[in-house]
Amino acid sequence: MTARVRALESILVGKGLVNPAAIDAIIETYEEKIGPRNGAHVVAKAWTDPDFAVWLKTDASAAIASLGYTGRQGEHMRAVFNTAGVHNLVVCTLCSCYPWSVLGLPPVWYKSPPYRSRAVMDPHGILAEFGLVLPADTSVRVWDSTAELRYLVIPQRPAGTDDLDAEALAGLVTRDSMIGAGLARFPATP
Amino acid sequence: MNGPQDLGGQMGFGLVAPEIDEPVFHAGWEKRVLGLTLCAGALGKWTIDESRHARESLHPAEYYASSYYEIWIKGLEALLLRHGLVTEADLAAGKAVDPAPGVMQVLTADDVPARLARGGPCDRPMPTPPRFAVGDRVRTLRTNPVGHTRLPRYARDCVGTIEAVNGGFVFPDTNAHGAGEAPDYVYTVVFTGQALWGESASPGLSVSIDAWESYLVAA
Repeated sequence: MTARVRALESILVGKGLVNPAAIDAIIETYEEKIGPRNGAHVVAKAWTDPDFAVWLKTDASAAIASLGYTGRQGEHMRAVFNTAGVHNLVVCTLCSCYPWSVLGLPPVWYKSPPYRSRAVMDPHGILAEFGLVLPADTSVRVWDSTAELRYLVIPQRPAGTDDLDAEALAGLVTRDSMIGAGLARFPATP
Repeated sequence: MNGPQDLGGQMGFGLVAPEIDEPVFHAGWEKRVLGLTLCAGALGKWTIDESRHARESLHPAEYYASSYYEIWIKGLEALLLRHGLVTEADLAAGKAVDPAPGVMQVLTADDVPARLARGGPCDRPMPTPPRFAVGDRVRTLRTNPVGHTRLPRYARDCVGTIEAVNGGFVFPDTNAHGAGEAPDYVYTVVFTGQALWGESASPGLSVSIDAWESYLVAA
């Protein structure tokens, strides 16, 4: 694959259709600037600012943009909130739609057939493979990203975190918890 | 199309394999594929819908044997050939042998932040009101289009409830084939697990899709 990709880049650069420095800039953006810390910031803000949480629920695109997170594969955002009774899980059965602006590029498992095939039919089985067993009375709601809306799961705030500020709370928010494949972490005990 | 990409409800792919501390990329060539795909897309010769259709048009055996960035590079080669930006002679030589077809606006490094921050919004104003409202019961079409569609097979000919009216969006089924944006309302339609999978469905399960209005009829 290395040779095939190098050849295609050589062809496109040779024709003046692609600028290799632009490729470098794109890679740098997704390796260093855009990733799940963006989404964790959104979640922690929602946990600590009730007005923001309401805004996020009613107009997620605008609320998230107010924190500076916009752009490709995050143009049309919707935030879905986990509750005591409902756990949300996001998938794209048809390709790999994912909210890049807040989570960065998707992990391999999210793009792979085992997850895409079973998330809509057997979400409990999927969650068990992530080590997550939900209480028996928790319903699972699966969001299949079949159009251009991109979904961000807002996990529940862990108990015992009243003393933490937004920055410390953001450290508890994992990427998987914002897809629904996990929960927010409990703070490490000192 | 009923292609290999339409995975919802298929069986036999095994367990999910989450990777601890997964890196953003697993090889140098994956980075270049991402960059090449975005840079080539920025030439404006095709839409995101056409690029999705190029990937799902791979032979199923090849699709399932390929990693995701492998699917991307194969789809990109198909798009470049189709639009005359690259020729078979170029690919055979592994370097540019045929001239570029005309002058195009090429993405520069300086353009990248603004381009990525702008993205490609797909919402469009609609001249008419939506046909359905929140709470309406709808049935998805029983349909098997040969072209691109975003109505997954597992959710065809099923009754669900409109949960959200999301406004007008570019219609992939036409846009993927150069037949125009034909904006149409998109609804979030929620189904019970039983409506999709029958009586053995997981208790408490509900699943939603985002469906264009022309995929739906009143139930």
